[in-house]
Amino acid sequence: MERPLTKNIHPGRPPLNLKDYEMTGGYSALRKIMAGMSPKDVQQAVQDSNLKGRGGAGFNTGMKWSFVPMDEKGGPTKYLIANADEMEPGTFKDRLLLEGNPHQLIEGMIIAAYAIQANISYIFLRWAYKAAAKCLEESIHEAYHAGYLGENILGTGYRLEMYLHTGAGRYMCGEETALLNALEGKRAMPRAKPPFPQVSGLFGKPTIVNNVETLCCIPHIINNGAEWFKSLSYSEDGGTKLYGVSGKVNKPGAWELPMGVTMRELIEEYAGGMKNGYQLKGVLPGGASTDFLTVQHLDLKMDFKSVAAAGSRLGTGTMIVMDDATCPVGFVHNLQHFFAQESCGWCTPCREGLPWVEKLLLSLEKGTGTEEDIDLLQQHTQWLGPGNTFCALAPGAMEPLQSALKYFRDDFDRHVKEKKCPYHHNHH
Amino acid sequence: MPTIIIDNIPYQVKAGSNLLEACLGVGIDLPYFCWHPALGSVGACRQCAVKVFKDEQDNSGRLVMSCMEAIKDGIRISVQDKGAKAFREQVIEWLMTNHPHDCPVCDEGGSCHLQDMTVMTGHDYRRFKYKKRTYVNQYLGPLVHHEMNRCIQCYRCVRYYRDYAGGHDLNVFGAHNHVYFGREKDGILESPFSGNLAEVCPTGVFTDKTLKQHYTRKWDLTSAPSVCQQCSVGCNILAGERYGQLRNVLNRYHSEVNGYFICDRGRFGYEHVNNVNRIRQPIIRNLTVEAVDETTLLTHLQQVINNRNLIGIGSPRASVESNYSLMHLVGKENYYSGISEDATFIERKIVDILENGGIHTPSLKEIENADAVIVLGEDIWNTAPVMALSVRQSVMKTAAREAMTQISTPAWNDAAVRERVQEDRGYFANLAITESPVDEWSTHTYHSVPDNIARLAFAIASKLRPELPLPEGMPEADLQLAERVAGALENAKHVVVISGSGPGSETLVRAAYNIARAVQEKGKTAGLAFVLPESNSMGAAMMKAPSFDKALQRIRKENNTTVIILENDLYRYNSTTDVDQFLDTCKSIIAIDSLNTLTTGKAHVLVPAATFAESDGTSINYEGRAQHYYQVFMPANPCIKESWKWLWKMKSLMAGSANGQEHHPDEILKQIESSYPQFTGISASAAPADFRIYGQLLPREPHRYSGRTAMLANIGVSEPKPLDDGDSPFTFTMEGYQGLPPAPLIPFYWRPGWNSVQALNKYQQEIGGPLRGGDPGIRLFDRNDKVASWWFNDTPEAFAGRTGKWLLLPQYHVFGSAEMSRWSAALDFLTPQPCISISQQDAAQLGVSEGHMLTIETDKERFSLPVAVRSDLVQGVVLAPAGFQSIPSLAWGTWIKIMA
Amino acid sequence: MLTEEEIKAIDHEASRVPHKKAALIDALKIVQQQRGWVSDESVSDLAEYLEISPAEVDSVATFYNLIFRRPVGSNVILLCDSISCYVMHYEEIYASLKDKLGVAFGQTTEDGLFTLLPNACLGCCDRAPAMMINHDLYTDLKPEQLDTILMKYK
Ligand SMILES: Cc1cc2nc3c(=O)[nH]c(=O)nc-3n(C[C@H](O)[C@H](O)[C@H](O)COP(=O)(O)O)c2cc1C
Ligand code: SF4
Ligand code: FES
Repeated sequence: MERPLTKNIHPGRPPLNLKDYEMTGGYSALRKIMAGMSPKDVQQAVQDSNLKGRGGAGFNTGMKWSFVPMDEKGGPTKYLIANADEMEPGTFKDRLLLEGNPHQLIEGMIIAAYAIQANISYIFLRWAYKAAAKCLEESIHEAYHAGYLGENILGTGYRLEMYLHTGAGRYMCGEETALLNALEGKRAMPRAKPPFPQVSGLFGKPTIVNNVETLCCIPHIINNGAEWFKSLSYSEDGGTKLYGVSGKVNKPGAWELPMGVTMRELIEEYAGGMKNGYQLKGVLPGGASTDFLTVQHLDLKMDFKSVAAAGSRLGTGTMIVMDDATCPVGFVHNLQHFFAQESCGWCTPCREGLPWVEKLLLSLEKGTGTEEDIDLLQQHTQWLGPGNTFCALAPGAMEPLQSALKYFRDDFDRHVKEKKCPYHHNHH
Repeated sequence: MPTIIIDNIPYQVKAGSNLLEACLGVGIDLPYFCWHPALGSVGACRQCAVKVFKDEQDNSGRLVMSCMEAIKDGIRISVQDKGAKAFREQVIEWLMTNHPHDCPVCDEGGSCHLQDMTVMTGHDYRRFKYKKRTYVNQYLGPLVHHEMNRCIQCYRCVRYYRDYAGGHDLNVFGAHNHVYFGREKDGILESPFSGNLAEVCPTGVFTDKTLKQHYTRKWDLTSAPSVCQQCSVGCNILAGERYGQLRNVLNRYHSEVNGYFICDRGRFGYEHVNNVNRIRQPIIRNLTVEAVDETTLLTHLQQVINNRNLIGIGSPRASVESNYSLMHLVGKENYYSGISEDATFIERKIVDILENGGIHTPSLKEIENADAVIVLGEDIWNTAPVMALSVRQSVMKTAAREAMTQISTPAWNDAAVRERVQEDRGYFANLAITESPVDEWSTHTYHSVPDNIARLAFAIASKLRPELPLPEGMPEADLQLAERVAGALENAKHVVVISGSGPGSETLVRAAYNIARAVQEKGKTAGLAFVLPESNSMGAAMMKAPSFDKALQRIRKENNTTVIILENDLYRYNSTTDVDQFLDTCKSIIAIDSLNTLTTGKAHVLVPAATFAESDGTSINYEGRAQHYYQVFMPANPCIKESWKWLWKMKSLMAGSANGQEHHPDEILKQIESSYPQFTGISASAAPADFRIYGQLLPREPHRYSGRTAMLANIGVSEPKPLDDGDSPFTFTMEGYQGLPPAPLIPFYWRPGWNSVQALNKYQQEIGGPLRGGDPGIRLFDRNDKVASWWFNDTPEAFAGRTGKWLLLPQYHVFGSAEMSRWSAALDFLTPQPCISISQQDAAQLGVSEGHMLTIETDKERFSLPVAVRSDLVQGVVLAPAGFQSIPSLAWGTWIKIMA
Repeated sequence: MLTEEEIKAIDHEASRVPHKKAALIDALKIVQQQRGWVSDESVSDLAEYLEISPAEVDSVATFYNLIFRRPVGSNVILLCDSISCYVMHYEEIYASLKDKLGVAFGQTTEDGLFTLLPNACLGCCDRAPAMMINHDLYTDLKPEQLDTILMKYK
């Protein structure tokens, strides 16, 4: 089983420096494209590989790049941005890549930038990743020094600057258009689409935003070809995927596995199964803004299409396991508290609806909730659905709630009937 | 025109707009908050949701925000769809979770967009059972009141204040459901356009603080269409009265002039109408009891005005009707303009250019749509504020137009356009005496004395058309600048050149003409606008009367002269010594005015004039647009009359009859047309007094006017007979024609379901377009398609300092320079302390620093003020406050002495 | 007044963006790093240096979670309260911290040593519960470890 993204990453050991990276074949993909691939060739190779964005939405990466105007209409300035904000609760996969092998990301970024002919690139890193910030700064410096970045990359005349930007803490910054505003020094409010960032993005110029993991796949696709990349996967989506499991399992962690391993393999094999005394009750398969799956889905293949067919989303591929001692209402309340706090305050449904949802859940937890409150929650899952709000934050927030109401409705009802949280005594 | 299908009915709608505009445009009530016709769409509030269907088979549809959805030919949508309606109701419920429900004590109550939209969506029952969040309010100065708890977070205030008006000190703070709209700390709002917040905010967060001091509900106001009297732009306003006091001023939409916004001088400068300094009773000086009644006055006047040596002095702030009536009374040869020879000379030149120069004078809308604007010398921020706002729109729109074509995004998609445009701006050059807030939007700025600005302007014209003279000895830097400005104008399609009489320089006026004409000869659209000092300066100047100096010369030779001074404080426009001499020489002085001034203080007979709010009248704005304003209310004292009414009474007295024929404004305007060809067409600006709709008059009071039978119950129990002015198609009651009034006769915006000013959409032909039936006003210069055969060829010498002398130039201030604004307490409060400004070098030479007293000595005046030291002034120049109370009128561009 | 060091750091950030004011968030962080928080005075100073209005600076400053507009203690404890830590009982850590420090979320100890704040996901959900003190990350927390950890900052 191949693990191209992580085979050289050994948690606990320092990150690969430039020399280490080059010894493992690093920057050969960059050399390859510089030696004779046109930007269009690169775009095509990535499109053929069926690489889907690892930031959560799962859009074909090569296709996304192809919307960038490559003629003079695009203007002289374009930007490439690595989205390293990773603030989705339950998600910790990009950190592994950033702290383990920063040059892999840098190389991926240079290739991606070349593919759209961008001359400036930024890494938007979340504030809390202090270790990653340090090794990225050093690695960018090394890359400049080695001629992989700067005025005249590998003597080809292609120019690319790369800067590290760290955020100031807001989940919204991960949303690609809000990220642009944050990079412009503004409040991280999302932007209306269209126009898409590919056409009018950072500072009004054509821009591509890609997730860290997405970009880390790029050098391997260039080196080994689209067919190879597709063959890594157990499903039609190309490549491997970083999966993660957190919660009361024996060995929480993150692993690179073929796209499409089953949930059972992940939880039982890689995460070592549930901790003693706990049963699995529900799983958020790809971060806080995905729908619950339950025991009945254990044999589900974890790829974009299969998870969607089961009524959820692969999202970031890092799952949160909810055990039977954890109150689903409390669990969802915690999530809604997060989303309500992180709402940017721009559109009405999200700004006003999420705090209401949070309050309803809290009163249920406290034992003062009513049947009508559950109805109101149900209604909010519809009103805050996709298209009704300005961006995807609130619809994402509704995913765990609506599925909790579907799978764990009994638990909600018990809170009303018993006028208390039936799980509360289970906390140690 | 594309066809769209709304709830199965096809409508023809305007291409390029969005679904919300389309729905409102065809008269469908669709609620909205964050969209504003002048600010465009951002899709934040989610209130305007409708369903869009793929095709006829699709019955589930997709919920979209109508303000963010472009019109597509054949698109099927539903406003009535159950899901869409339910969602809109839900949005209101969310907005109301934190709203204080304090309508009974809220100033917005009864004219509140939030109330209207709440009713429109049907939301009535509260399900949110938790605590509301609350905020602390801020002190924002004397104009705007702040009540943050009422906020529904539509973001309109910041979008208007920052994005549209370019203000910096209002913003949004915090995040999630704790967003606060205000300043970073308590303090006076800096923008002179802040009052529009009261209309832009759809609820009671920002309200008119001056109204609060004599609060009246909208439904209790008697209102009429009026025209702002605070500068030469002539913004259209609505003015409202109750109990004999003017209560507030609102914007009255005019698609070509002020659009949706006015400035704070216009909105809050109305209080002179209520001021204690009003002349409310005729006065005959030196009687035992000076205040007399009308009969005594008329008897007295009969003797005085039958003097053969009767002259009249007109006024740039009095109406066309009043000025003409005075001229008619005293005869053309005895009628004078009342302003100085210098000012008369410049204004005459401006009128000459506009009448015969073959160059179009642009409306504000045209300025907004220009793709290059150049200002020469005029301090538009302070002398014509709303024009400055239009220039800002021009630089923003030009940049946006470019962006829109590149990314094919419609102009109404406001946030997307701004995100694309970023810091790009359209072309704007501000060549002015001093720094100004407009510099921030300009591509090129240049600060110097008028002669140097004129030289630069002549150089620009010469670069555009080499036959024109290039001033000699231009510094290299100036030549390069001229080259760059000319280049920018060559690249543009619609150029607007703005200048004015503000700097007191005739050569600037000529230079402005040369540029505009040179641009026009290149086949581009050129517009030339001149700012004048007063609301009817253009009307007065078009009468081409001789100056005050000519009147002075005349009476020096004659004794025994009786003068009638019409609404003119001569000391504002002429030197103290000259006016003193003039008034001392006159045998008898009759002053007709509404407020006591230095001039009325010297009059022998004082005749109380009505203010604009108590008058019918016409003023002509900078573009030569004759605009009629209607009486809002009848003064309680019948001795307060429109000046023209008094003047016609005097006319009858002269003819020997005590009670002559009454004349209505439209008749007077007809007479003007026949005696002055330059006014041809003006009579169409006023509705005939006998205009009726289905035989009905138009009510000044809305259908909900309350207390009519009780409001005077403390005086008498029987309801007084409604007043009747007889001069206009309006009545002072709530009865009359209830349909849509013709555009010039809209006394308030109010349609079923729409109680706030947002009802305006019902009065427009299309959103943002002209009012139904066409916008009011008649442009008088448009008749001229003559092409002048002249260019101006003599260029001024470069400025050179003189030892021991300083060049005197004006400093205007938006809240100090206008005559009437000081009578509004709030604006008086905002008026800066007058000071004298000099350059840093001069300060060093004179050995003075900021705050020191300096004395200015001209050949006619001498006064002292504290000094301000400025970095934007050249050496050898001194700025004195223009138009300020207690500062004498000064001759700009003359050399004066300074003493430390 | 901004220090020379701060100005140098801000200039460096500003050189990476097309216009100075785009460096605002970095500038706020630079000032905060030096002074612990962003005072009204710092807001005005930054506004002047970046040629924007204080309102604009404050609008951005108050938007972000980790820009402090009020003074904080010499050490800032960010305890993750997001979902994985919730499942792994961060509430016990919180209870213990409250007990030891005598402050709740949003408060600063009387001696000014610690400010305790909740924080959204620290990105180490596999090692929950987690907290960060200044730049130091602590994972797999047990209440028993807190004394030793806090000692380091006293
Ligand atoms: C509220 C919200 C938060 C998001 N946060 C992240 C994030 O932290 N990291 C990320 O890569 N994508 C995040 N996304 C997805 C991005 O908007 C975007 O789709 C992604 O960065 C694109 O990269 P990809 O095409 O490589 O997946 C977020 C989206 C939303 C709506
Ligand atoms: S203050 Fe008024 S205009 Fe501003 S966001 Fe609130 S409701 Fe809208
Ligand atoms: S008016 Fe359309 S979303 Fe606000």
